[in-house]
Amino acid sequence: MNKASKILKKPITSTVIAVLFGFIVAAFVLLIAGCNPIEAFGILFRSVFSKPKYVANVIIKATPIILTGVSIAFAFKVGLFNIGAEGQFVMGTVVATIVGICLDLPPVLQFPVVLLSGMVAGALFGGFVGFLKAKFGIHEVITSIMLNWIAFYFCNFIAATKTFHQPNTNGTYPINASGLDFIFNWKKSEAGREVVINNEFLREAVGKTDMNIGFIFAIAAAIIIAILLKKTTKGYELRAVGFNQYAAEFAGINVRKNIIHAMVIAGAIAGLAGALQITGVAQKISTLGAFENYGFNGMSVALIANSSPIGSIFAGLLFAALIYGGGSIQSEIGAPSEVINIMIGTIVFFVALSKVIPVLADKLEKKEVKKDA
Amino acid sequence: MLNTITLFIGITLMYSTPLVFGGLGGMISERSGVVNIGIEGMMTVGAAVAVVAGIGTGNPWLAFLAAGLAGGLVALLHAFASITCKADQTISGIAINLMGAGIALFLCRLVFNAINTPSVENKLPKLFKASSLSGAAANLNVDWTTIIALIATVIMWFVLYKTKWGLRVRAVGEHPAAADTLGINVALVRYVCVIISGILSGFGGASVTLAIISHFAPTAISGQGFIALAAVIFGKWTPHGVYGACLLFGAAQAIAIILGGGSFAVPSQILSMLPYVITIIVLILFVGRSVAPKADGEPYEKGAR
Repeated sequence: MNKASKILKKPITSTVIAVLFGFIVAAFVLLIAGCNPIEAFGILFRSVFSKPKYVANVIIKATPIILTGVSIAFAFKVGLFNIGAEGQFVMGTVVATIVGICLDLPPVLQFPVVLLSGMVAGALFGGFVGFLKAKFGIHEVITSIMLNWIAFYFCNFIAATKTFHQPNTNGTYPINASGLDFIFNWKKSEAGREVVINNEFLREAVGKTDMNIGFIFAIAAAIIIAILLKKTTKGYELRAVGFNQYAAEFAGINVRKNIIHAMVIAGAIAGLAGALQITGVAQKISTLGAFENYGFNGMSVALIANSSPIGSIFAGLLFAALIYGGGSIQSEIGAPSEVINIMIGTIVFFVALSKVIPVLADKLEKKEVKKDA
Repeated sequence: MLNTITLFIGITLMYSTPLVFGGLGGMISERSGVVNIGIEGMMTVGAAVAVVAGIGTGNPWLAFLAAGLAGGLVALLHAFASITCKADQTISGIAINLMGAGIALFLCRLVFNAINTPSVENKLPKLFKASSLSGAAANLNVDWTTIIALIATVIMWFVLYKTKWGLRVRAVGEHPAAADTLGINVALVRYVCVIISGILSGFGGASVTLAIISHFAPTAISGQGFIALAAVIFGKWTPHGVYGACLLFGAAQAIAIILGGGSFAVPSQILSMLPYVITIIVLILFVGRSVAPKADGEPYEKGAR
């Protein structure tokens, strides 16, 4: 095998090519809109990397979609399509907010309890989908879509309920400070404020942003899921169910139980994403006018990552950088920010097409062999 | 009472119409073996093109056709990816959803310099002139699109079960290799079905922006494509089943709206959940296991076993 086809056959190569094509298509679209693509990409790049504050914002934006991406990638590996990550995320935010407002434990307890409550909410939502699929054979896509909307309206219901609604806002009261992110509480404390103000880097990256520890959770979740899938018996069972349900059953694996377990885990991760969004960024839920797309964007993340949990970290960062940078393209040169949506769509589209690349590499190889002979 | 009943029927039909178009589109594509999760994106493009064409030409019917054409073009992308390139159809469909939303908003920004468009002057007509009806009967004055959706369902049923071509579609969706040995051009049949699916989805989008509301906004198509997708599975991949599923969903919406207008002490958000809760309950009680066409989602490779 020659070198070129070896490189072409690596999964990462097709992803890189897909991203490249995304940029090329976006350049054409920018030209149609009458903008200079090189200038626009320059702004995109600068608005992501030029200041610590920007990088911090990208990381903050990436955190939830990495987690929903891991949730969806994990479900994919078990042969399930977790289109319900959106609803699980929303339930995570809602229940974390309720618990965060109602309970007021010491911070060491409150923070994990809030996170755990969000995870449980997501897990129950996901588990319900798994249960309906295992017990009644109802397709997970239908129930997930329905549950997404139920979560949506439940969120708006809680945001408007007297007990939680903060007058003159469109949302609830913020959760008790004991449940907030450690970084946030630290920078509000006497000592923390002193440090942040006096350190230029921290002032930019922490003082001016919602920097939180969620990113650590996202990376940890990705690693744990990767280990679970690759190194444990449970992971082997789950993958077997995803690969061939009938063969798995024949081998004595309980398919139904594994479907439910998989959805519980996937839901818990998406719920954790929601809870972290509350503790780290939003601090409360607001009335939703439309879905915020954390779950749906997670789908793109999982796909760009080729359903790899670890890959989801990088795909999530890329996605967040594009979305965040896309905003400044619009504000600086007036290019429509929708270009970014088209670009992300194109990237995902070429990820779908990228199956062709190894095939092409094969053909290339055969040609070489013929020439040699 | 009579007024409430006709109002219920009217709202049911209004809500279900875009879903029927999208659902039929999804069904025909999947019957030929191509999963089309991109209905939402195709509907969004159709909805935006309909408004642009409607304002440009002033003729709502031309705009309606333009929307179908646009949906078909987007579907061509999906067909190329999933049939010619044998790409993963779910991924391609999700990409279509992302691109569709982007293209629709981009188009509106290019033409109107805003993502909320002005209103079209001429909406698609209703069945009767508004002045000719009054009272309870006025509630039944449905849009022409509702009638077209019903006709499309009947045609789809007839073609799928009573014609040679329909038999071919079903054969290709169940067992493409067998169909191939009989000389059926698997790729061609699939291309046609996916493009029809795009055209219908485009109509679905247009039936929102040209008949129900009269402008395009980012929230004009918000989830109808996914509900239609659910209706395909719910309706067990048959035209009449899909139509029924969409009607049920429309009826659930109508119940929520009518209850909301009454003097019930139920918060509106809880009422809004009703259609989705009802759907899940109906699924558990009556529908159960639904079996997709056997080759659904699988690219056809000649000679593969």
